[in-house]
Amino acid sequence: VLQPTSNIRRTACAVITIMALTLGSATAKAQTITAVMQASLRSLDPVISTADIVRDYGYMVYDTLLALDANHKVQPQMAEKWTVSPDGKTYTFTLRDGLKWHDGTPVIADDCVASIQRWASQDKLGQVMNSLMASMKVVDAKSFSMTFKEPTDIALRALSRPSNLAPFMMPKRVAQTPPGEPITETIGSGPFRFVASEYRPGVQAVFEKFKDYVPRREPASGLAGGKVVKVDRVKWVTMPDPMTAMNAIMSNEVDFIEDVPADLMPMLEHSPDVTLIEYKEQGEQNLARLNFTQPPFSNKLIRQAALLAIDQKDVLQAQGGNPKYYRTCPSVFGCGSLLATDVDDDTPGKGNSAKAAELLKQARYDGTPVVLLDPTDVPALAAMPPVIAQALRKAGFKVQLQAMDWQTVTVRRASREPASKGGWGIFSTFTPLSSVADPVGSQSVAANGPAAWFGWPDVPAIETLRLKLARTSDLAEQKKIATQIQHLVIDDVVVIPLGERSVVTAKRKNVSNQVAASVPVFWNMTKTGE
Amino acid sequence: MPIFLLRRLLAAIPVLAMVAVIVFALLRLSPGDPAIILAGDGATPEQLNAIRASMGLDKPVMVQFIVWIGHLLRGDLGTSLISGLPVAGMIADRFGPTLALCIGTIVIAVALAIPVGILAAWQQGKLLDRLVMAASVVGFSVPGFIIGYVLILLFARWLGWLPVQGYQPISAGLWPFIERLILPTLTLSTAYIALIARIVRTSVIEVMGEDFIRTARAKGMTEAAVLIRQALGNAAVPIVTIIGVSIAMLIGGVVVTESVFNVPGLGRLVLEAVLARDYPIIQALILLFSMLYVLINLVIDVLYSLLDPRIRY
Repeated sequence: VLQPTSNIRRTACAVITIMALTLGSATAKAQTITAVMQASLRSLDPVISTADIVRDYGYMVYDTLLALDANHKVQPQMAEKWTVSPDGKTYTFTLRDGLKWHDGTPVIADDCVASIQRWASQDKLGQVMNSLMASMKVVDAKSFSMTFKEPTDIALRALSRPSNLAPFMMPKRVAQTPPGEPITETIGSGPFRFVASEYRPGVQAVFEKFKDYVPRREPASGLAGGKVVKVDRVKWVTMPDPMTAMNAIMSNEVDFIEDVPADLMPMLEHSPDVTLIEYKEQGEQNLARLNFTQPPFSNKLIRQAALLAIDQKDVLQAQGGNPKYYRTCPSVFGCGSLLATDVDDDTPGKGNSAKAAELLKQARYDGTPVVLLDPTDVPALAAMPPVIAQALRKAGFKVQLQAMDWQTVTVRRASREPASKGGWGIFSTFTPLSSVADPVGSQSVAANGPAAWFGWPDVPAIETLRLKLARTSDLAEQKKIATQIQHLVIDDVVVIPLGERSVVTAKRKNVSNQVAASVPVFWNMTKTGE
Repeated sequence: MPIFLLRRLLAAIPVLAMVAVIVFALLRLSPGDPAIILAGDGATPEQLNAIRASMGLDKPVMVQFIVWIGHLLRGDLGTSLISGLPVAGMIADRFGPTLALCIGTIVIAVALAIPVGILAAWQQGKLLDRLVMAASVVGFSVPGFIIGYVLILLFARWLGWLPVQGYQPISAGLWPFIERLILPTLTLSTAYIALIARIVRTSVIEVMGEDFIRTARAKGMTEAAVLIRQALGNAAVPIVTIIGVSIAMLIGGVVVTESVFNVPGLGRLVLEAVLARDYPIIQALILLFSMLYVLINLVIDVLYSLLDPRIRY
């Protein structure tokens, strides 16, 4: 009597075991790319945070209506197409078929309008777009229109801009969160789904292939084209010690290091298992800002002396740079960008201390000390101030190099007080090249006084030109205006460009096909042998 | 003893209250702005103000303090200003790795340091003693991160026996848990082996000169029994003290080792929180560390009376 039951049990056990083994092996076979990113993901609102890592997260989880291809050309992304009214004032965007949010609901035009509204209230280019816009209306479930007060293509430039506040589309209920308040949902319509249950800020962030994502049919190009996900999961791990990351990739514990520090590159250059790839598009621009509101840099001649005194090569070298991966560049829009101008100008960045000393004499520099903020806790930032200090001293400046952590710099640089009361004279930092490429959206060339970035340059002529550029659709005309802006920015020393460096990514040799874009993206990437 | 325990636990309350006030005040006095960390380098003053308001940092400091204490008394440690996640959950998530690392380190340190210290004391002035003392100077002087890198190079890169980095909870399996703890634990324990071995040696040497040791030897006890039963037992109080101090030091000293071996523990959490000025996390962690210090000191005091019957509370 017991025999059949026992057989059933045995069969059931066997089935369960086979199922468990099958499931187990399926899990084990899930292709995962483990990546060490340049920073830890701690915030999940790409419309609030301008941090690179949050932008990178945004491109995983969210999608954009338009995108720039590898040739800086605007292409439709979530949009199937757009049409322009004969008067050039109204742009109507139509969404592609099959777009879904990660919770399975369809993407509709209402979501896009709400997303654009929230994003435009935060982003500089978005704010300019808003100022030129008459109305934005939902036409039907799949299309919406933007009407401007005058003919302009700013909508195309703004909605495709790969800046640190990229215009990501979100469900309407999420996009309605007030702009100053972080969103609490991680539902996007991008090629990857964020696995919230495995998110541990400061430790790891996990993404899964979004199976319902419908990629475009065109091949991937820049941030445009088909975002075809070819692995099951991508896991970003935080490694505070770069040396550990080097050892981990050589021991096959991780597959990818986004940004290899220059001084550690020799460890990987001869590794048989690891490839180093340079991404100029993801590079950073070093820059210094002067405080226009306080002496001595309230004097234009003294600002020009500082510009002439600093040698970009020295700064780049001090960052531990390998000359293979850095270059000097006088353009404030980044060399290689669409509007880069005056790339052969030899005014900034040559370290002409004799000429700088002459200018100081002309300006009757009275020896007012220059307070230079030195963030010692971020190696790539800490390398710059001592070089700048030395160059300024050589030209005749009196310099106070003040060491502090980066957090303190961020507070000190907001002070408009004199140096004696906690103010400052110069600070240096770096910013993604994609953020400075557009003169309208770039904060480092904005010169609208108190509303400008730290240093608060007030040069109305630059602002007039930026607005003129925003209104212009013709590329040749845009380039002409960008050249004029470049001249004014350098003449008034709104910003001191201190050279550019590429991002050098390390990959295990079985990981390939990363799309070259201004953001590290994981679609199209393949991994073999797992 | 129960009254002593109760008295000591009650005495911890004003200590923790003072710690809470001091930590809160120091954090608010130190420069830094979590809104900038959240918003990034390019945020405008208006955007930063909006974020500060959403974080509650626009309110007067006194109001912020009262709100925090009120939540704390209700057992709510608040939410991270940067990630928006509950602080209690973040600490619980990071507690396991640090606990495993600390327990492993102390077990290895005690297991190795006590016999080595006794041997050195027994062989006082001889070659073995000199070797132990020299090794302890090296162990104490070489920075932990260098020991860590050397161990990684040797056991992970060259021999390939152990992973370079990472942490797996014990629920992922005993061996994955242990194999990732071996190198960080060895790294951390080096200094403590050196420290405890020196104290054991000194304490045992001191006791070995006492009359009762001579009496024990005269009674015919073996040298091993004299050393372990008589000398070590009587030298236990300073040894327990240094072990207790070592545990307390470990809590603050795991930051570098956790970074070198990519162990997601409390040391890294506190460092990240300080750099991001994530006030609720820093406040909660300092309070937690203070509580642990108080408890460790209490345990040491209790052990005193168990090890030495002359000590009574």
